[in-house]
Amino acid sequence: MAMLEVRNVHTYYGNIHALKGISINVDEGEIVTLIGANGAGKSTTLNAICGLVKPRSGEIVLENEAIHRLPAHEVVSKGVAQSPEGRRIFGRLTVQENLEMGAFRRADAGAIQEDMRRVFDLFPRLEERRKQVGGTLSGGEQQMLAIGRAMMARPRLLLLDEPSMGLAPLLVEDIFRVVRQLNEQGTTILLVEQNALMAFSVAHRGYVLETGRVVLEGTVDELRENPEVQKAYLGG
Amino acid sequence: MEAEASRPKQSFNVGRWIRPLIGVVVLAFILWRFWNVLFVQQVYGPDTWMRFAISGIILGGVYAVIALGYTLVYGILFMINFAHGDVMMLGAFAGFFTLEALRGTGLLNQSIFWSILSVIIAFLVGMVAATVIAVVLERVAYRPLRGAPRLVPLISAIGASLFLENAAQLVFGAQRQTYSNPTIIERNVGWTFHIGEGDVLLTYTGVLTFVLSVLLMIGLALLVQRTKMGKAMRAVAEDKQTAALMGIDVDQVISTTFAISGALAGAAGVMWGLHMGIIYHFVGFLPGLKAFTAAVLGGIGNIPGAMMGGLTLGIFEALGPAVLGMPFQLKDVLAFSILVLVLIFRPTGLLGEVLSEKKA
Repeated sequence: MAMLEVRNVHTYYGNIHALKGISINVDEGEIVTLIGANGAGKSTTLNAICGLVKPRSGEIVLENEAIHRLPAHEVVSKGVAQSPEGRRIFGRLTVQENLEMGAFRRADAGAIQEDMRRVFDLFPRLEERRKQVGGTLSGGEQQMLAIGRAMMARPRLLLLDEPSMGLAPLLVEDIFRVVRQLNEQGTTILLVEQNALMAFSVAHRGYVLETGRVVLEGTVDELRENPEVQKAYLGG
Repeated sequence: MEAEASRPKQSFNVGRWIRPLIGVVVLAFILWRFWNVLFVQQVYGPDTWMRFAISGIILGGVYAVIALGYTLVYGILFMINFAHGDVMMLGAFAGFFTLEALRGTGLLNQSIFWSILSVIIAFLVGMVAATVIAVVLERVAYRPLRGAPRLVPLISAIGASLFLENAAQLVFGAQRQTYSNPTIIERNVGWTFHIGEGDVLLTYTGVLTFVLSVLLMIGLALLVQRTKMGKAMRAVAEDKQTAALMGIDVDQVISTTFAISGALAGAAGVMWGLHMGIIYHFVGFLPGLKAFTAAVLGGIGNIPGAMMGGLTLGIFEALGPAVLGMPFQLKDVLAFSILVLVLIFRPTGLLGEVLSEKKA
């Protein structure tokens, strides 16, 4: 049974029809990736799931509960957290305060401390800089902070939007190692990437989006074999 | 995005030489007057200077508390809440009626305990009333306009200000009311110091006002820096969308910000009543504008800036006319000249960062 079902969702920005009937499923325990070019609707799909963009039609169901009418701050309580595109960390808040904001909906102080410990174990660099304001971190550290901040909500479904963007190859490896690790610890992950090669190396299944539509879906192996995908996204 | 396009170009193009010229002229004028007052005419003795300084510091504390309300709201919504001074006026009235009621029952001066309690109750009622009004104001006049171009809520704020002033006149009447202080903090009574050739009076109400201002500022700083709500306020000020992704209810945070700014204005209103003594429906207008000037002076959106700007403006207003050897009626002219000078020479304010561009 699917943990998350996006059913035939249409969204608009003003008059621009951004998502033209997107349907995707994510099963519990999976890593599912959305790939596609700029403007294909990947981030919009994530924002629709999070409640930042309201679908004009269609529905989004998380564990048998429709969430597409909830405001963004309530979706978080349902167990969905996003590490947004461009990191969007709070530049004037310290690293620690950024992480605390990730746990905003939670009241279990002890468990929050535990999760912060867990984030620091995954990203020791963040612990060294916990009193520093976010704006002074390097790009890679900001990405770690963005992922760590999303983890602080203790989500069952984690949405990652372009975690590799603008990072040096070595850092990208690091980030993806963490993604795999999180998944092994039981977090379901929906990963948006332009770097299809990296995405396929961690994901189980994937969807290819083009101008607001799903044009292809399948297991990672199927997608890798597909000549269209090879030509457009794998540089083959 | 439309707001971006309709915003007038920021680069107010004063010719390259006009700004330095204005600066030199203003500076030369100030130095000449200062020299004249201090050494040539020697108009004032040290006791008089001390009196000016004391009244400036007290006034500055009140300005700072009001300025914090402007700066908090601006920090989150990038909007000047021009009705803020009127929220302060309503807080002053709430405190006034509370003290009247307590005087009516005879409790006000029954014992020292009751006098102190009365003042505390007056502050609480004033703050609660102003808080409620500020929150309702946000709900009615500003929230429906969220997402509109930036000029729209500004105009709504001016409308709200006029509405509150006129509603107060209708309800409370146009006559001036005298605050009834309990006898232990009677106005114009206090400790006397002998300085130079004269006596300097440090009033009880003045000390109370200043101490309370400082406590409120410390309280606000702690709230914003340490508490979960304060951190959420800072997060919302930076990035509303991402704050929502964190599970922060942005509307609720904005409401809370208005509530805090209202509570500060209410406290300032009761302090004004206790210290200055006279209130009427228009009493919030000038302090409101001065505090706005103070917030701009310190760098609007910046909390330490508002505190510093308030104190600086209060002291400048009290000492300025004396230092420049001008008639005291011109103190308001001086205060607002500061606004003009800040806008010309340092639009970001004393402690300001270049935030308006990035965040607008």
